[in-house]
Amino acid sequence: MSRVALLEARNITKAFATVRACDDVSISLGEGEIVALLGENGAGKSTLVKLMFGTLQPDSGNFLYRGRPVAIEKPADARRLGIGMVHQHFSLFEAFTAVQNIALALPDVPLAGLAQRTREVSEAYGLTLDPQALVADLSAGERQRIEIVRCLLQDPTLIIMDEPTSVLTPQEADTLFVTLRRLREEGRTILYISHKLDEVRALCERAVVMRAGRIVRELDPRTVSAAEMAEAMVGQAIAEVAQRPAPAAAATSTPLLAVRGLSHASDRLFGTTLKNVGFTVAGGEVFGIAGMAGNGQSELFACLSGELASAPEAIAINGVPVGQLGVDARRRMGAAFVPEERLGHSAVPDFDLVENIVLSRHGAGDGTVLAGLLRRGAARRTAKRVIADMAVRAPGTSALARMLSGGNLQKFVMGRELDRELVLLVVNQPTWGVDAGAAAMIRQAVVDLAAGGAAVVLISQDLDELFQTAHRIAVIAGGRLSEARPAGEMSRTDIGLLMGAGETERHLAH
Amino acid sequence: MIEAVLLSIITASTAMLLAALGEVVVERSGIINLGVEGMMVVGAVSAFAVAQMTGDAYWGIPAAAAAGAAMALLFAMLAVWFATNQVATGLALTLFGLGVAGLVGERFIGLPGVGLQPIAIPGLADIPIAGRVLFQQNILFYLSIVLTVAVALFLFRSRAGLRLRAVGDAPAAAQALGISVLRIRTLAVLFGGACAGVGGAQLTLVYTPQWIENITAGRGWIALALVVFASWRPLRLVVGAYLFGAVTIAQFHAQAFGVAIPSQFLSALPYIATIVVLVLIASNKRFMMINTPAALGRPFVPDR
Amino acid sequence: MRIELTPRPQIHPLRSLLSPVLAVVATACLGAVLFALLGKPPLGALYAYFVEPLTEVWSVHELALKAAPLILIAVGLSVAYRSNNWNIGAEGQLVMGAVAGSIIPILLPDASGAWVLPAMMVLAMAGGAAWGAIPAVLKNRFGTSEILVSLMLVYVANLFLDYLVRGPWRDPQGFNFPESRDFGASARLPEILSMGEWGGRANWGIVIAVVAALLTLLLVSRTLKGFEIAVGGASARAARFAGFDARATTLFAFLFSGALAGLAGIVEVSGAIGQLQPSISPGYGFTAIIVAFLGRLNPVAIIVAGFLLALSYLGGEAAQISLGLSDRTTRVFQGLLLFCVLMSDTLVRYRVRVHRRPVLTERVT
Repeated sequence: MSRVALLEARNITKAFATVRACDDVSISLGEGEIVALLGENGAGKSTLVKLMFGTLQPDSGNFLYRGRPVAIEKPADARRLGIGMVHQHFSLFEAFTAVQNIALALPDVPLAGLAQRTREVSEAYGLTLDPQALVADLSAGERQRIEIVRCLLQDPTLIIMDEPTSVLTPQEADTLFVTLRRLREEGRTILYISHKLDEVRALCERAVVMRAGRIVRELDPRTVSAAEMAEAMVGQAIAEVAQRPAPAAAATSTPLLAVRGLSHASDRLFGTTLKNVGFTVAGGEVFGIAGMAGNGQSELFACLSGELASAPEAIAINGVPVGQLGVDARRRMGAAFVPEERLGHSAVPDFDLVENIVLSRHGAGDGTVLAGLLRRGAARRTAKRVIADMAVRAPGTSALARMLSGGNLQKFVMGRELDRELVLLVVNQPTWGVDAGAAAMIRQAVVDLAAGGAAVVLISQDLDELFQTAHRIAVIAGGRLSEARPAGEMSRTDIGLLMGAGETERHLAH
Repeated sequence: MIEAVLLSIITASTAMLLAALGEVVVERSGIINLGVEGMMVVGAVSAFAVAQMTGDAYWGIPAAAAAGAAMALLFAMLAVWFATNQVATGLALTLFGLGVAGLVGERFIGLPGVGLQPIAIPGLADIPIAGRVLFQQNILFYLSIVLTVAVALFLFRSRAGLRLRAVGDAPAAAQALGISVLRIRTLAVLFGGACAGVGGAQLTLVYTPQWIENITAGRGWIALALVVFASWRPLRLVVGAYLFGAVTIAQFHAQAFGVAIPSQFLSALPYIATIVVLVLIASNKRFMMINTPAALGRPFVPDR
Repeated sequence: MRIELTPRPQIHPLRSLLSPVLAVVATACLGAVLFALLGKPPLGALYAYFVEPLTEVWSVHELALKAAPLILIAVGLSVAYRSNNWNIGAEGQLVMGAVAGSIIPILLPDASGAWVLPAMMVLAMAGGAAWGAIPAVLKNRFGTSEILVSLMLVYVANLFLDYLVRGPWRDPQGFNFPESRDFGASARLPEILSMGEWGGRANWGIVIAVVAALLTLLLVSRTLKGFEIAVGGASARAARFAGFDARATTLFAFLFSGALAGLAGIVEVSGAIGQLQPSISPGYGFTAIIVAFLGRLNPVAIIVAGFLLALSYLGGEAAQISLGLSDRTTRVFQGLLLFCVLMSDTLVRYRVRVHRRPVLTERVT
């Protein structure tokens, strides 16, 4: 490029305790372009943009802004340069209003009239927003609008967007793309981080691929095939998930899981109330539940697992009402559960892998505990078996859970649950924050378990995942579950519309 | 009679109110400092000592604030900068403070103190009843009222207060915005220490103008309970503090009237009342959840 | 300047073993500074504090006498703290245990036989556990802070004891002193070795304490209950996922620590004191918190830590006699020790780096 780049990173390196998150990274962003930063979970994308925004400090290397070396010590420095950021896990405060959240990020803007300016900017870009609304009451899409408006109020020249569509319905994502194209036309630069190839292809003319902390390739997404981009990200070809046919007699046999009229008022502060949820899952079937985060998935999962009690008849496993039974009792009936969070929910971060086996196996009656005494030897053998079966990369059974990467820990957790005879498996977002290789393996394990005759409930935000594995799909929105339909008869647009239903209801309630 | 009772209630409450005001700010920033009792007692002995040595009670107030803040700095170093367990660190501060105060105060036991004199506010001091109760008071009472309003305005009307509450709700998100979590928490802890120290000064300069070992007698702990009772809102603290003052005073009057209850049971009233109040306020779970700073008590280690 | 903490990937056993030692050494150094400030020779004072009490037989006996309640309480607290239940009212549970255990020797002074002492201990454990159950039940039922409730109950327990010994339980032949009658021989905890060259006041309390510590070690390291306690302390959500009831864990933690504090109370009253008095503990319930942390919540390490803190009590007395140091120094010392223990705990878990502000090539304008 002949023009001077807007922002250039030169030989940036940043290491954490165990990994080099950025290893000699150089990248240059020109004015008025949308550049995609592609890479798997853990490739170092988020670290790189945190360095650009001043939240983290590089160990070595430097940044040039319009050709001039700059030190970005803190986000205020980045803001002064004209760099704005829309965070992946929103940096919003739930208990505060939209305009208070904006005020927090803009220390130099006077408070007086901020609400008015917020309204002006949001109207100018078609990003509808109520400045006085409490963030806790807003959907993910609305929250993202706050972040974008907050960013635009500083009139940035470079906007960094970290996985912006991961929280949006397909329709919301389309609206976002319109806004982004308009921002580019105004001459702003956008660094767009994603691992969704079709979006990148639709939006960007240049893509930079990161893998294991390094930049491995620069390409034009409009001309390179999706398979080639995926291979550049992962470093190898990923096996396709081999789907199994739906069980022939699904409609007639007794369902292994039957949920009927399940309602649950959330006791968490910003939780979702479940309203009259009902569905059945037959042996051999993968039942998919789609929905945007925060629409009742964790509450539904907790009711199914027994972490929350419900009306006795609301849930039946194999025809037996279990609503009042605890997690242990349900496990003894052949059910297993894999929640969304790994650290601090399905695994204890500071426990080793042997102890983490005991966590969900002590009540299973398989010899991990005898007469109230722990049998570490038996647990260790189980841990070894799980590590071998799922190809978990771990230094040994005495490794602490927090030292495993997201993908390896999730494989370990899945393996722990699959390591016994199951009639029912309930999983929530099983491949969230997991690398592509591990994700493929986990999906295949889910499909194979169902093929063996068990019933599987798969709750996921990832529509690709659902289409790859599920036989039937229902959508959860605002605590209500839609009617389930065969996956083959549903399109992304159908699902997207059902996902949006929760938001409509929320607005009607206000 | 009514004037005397109201006056004694206020005098018995002001120390707790001052200490609790500081702790509200501390807890709003996400830190719980259980060392209030320790900071308070060190403030009490410092105020007494300096007032004794200078012969001027007013010098005792800044001395107590500085001593309380110095204790708080110790706490901040450990619990904020080195991410130690806040519960244990606060306990250590209380044990340490009681020890230090005992040691420093040894030579002051039995000495007459220098008390703060009331300041009459011209014009208002002559109003019947209210004039004597509210406008012929010592400076620490006026300070407690001014501070209550100031803390309320700071927390809920200023940008700095917004920032402090953001840090107490979601420190990681605050850091992502470039807010310095540790600096704000350190300042909050120091302010809390100064307030606890001045609360202690009220005990040795107004309430019982002399030095008695363990003069705080659990008031620091009750201040901590008051913060919960007030659901982290400064204006409600005033109500809570005077309620407790009333309970304390009630026991003296009950004894004076010859109520046939063993004195120990009356003395236990403030502590039992604290428990009852904690139960009553905690029963409303949703109300508590909305008001509790979400990150309260959790150490925060920023990534760099 | 800024301090940077990086979590260590794995916690080395050697480092966690050495950290309490480091804390003790650091406290000794700070102590030396403190003595110098008080105008005493630092080394002489340290000697008086930490070595002199170990040079005579009688004082070694006193050491065991003081270590017993500290170890008993701290072992119980370690279980509570492991499960993230903050019982800081052990002092009150000690008092109520002592009161409950004293029912037999005070109300049935003629009772005698081998059953008396065990019965007193059972009553004491029940009394301590019942007092400890109050904060647990209130926490489970209403969500009140167990920290504040358990602490408030210390004041209430002390006032109740005061009422008893000045009121209904005052010794009728005691010349109006606020004391109960002396316990009968059957109600006294016997000394281990009262006669001879090696004899002294130490009683079987220290043996009970060590046995309790070893049994607790089995509980926390080998049983499902111990696992439940550890999971509950590490993550409430993971505990629910594991199928453990957080309320049951909380109740157990308080009953267990309350019972051991109660046992410590009756050991103290039936052993060293021999009657009820308005004050029966020099703050053992609070000092035991330091013991529990210095022992890093490990029951065996707590035995060692208990002796060390017992030494600080004895040293305080010794230094008062030989150097005219105030015994209040002990309190200061104990607080400093807890600070150092907590600080060294951070050094075990994190790598600590101190940065100066970096020199900039160019400031952002």
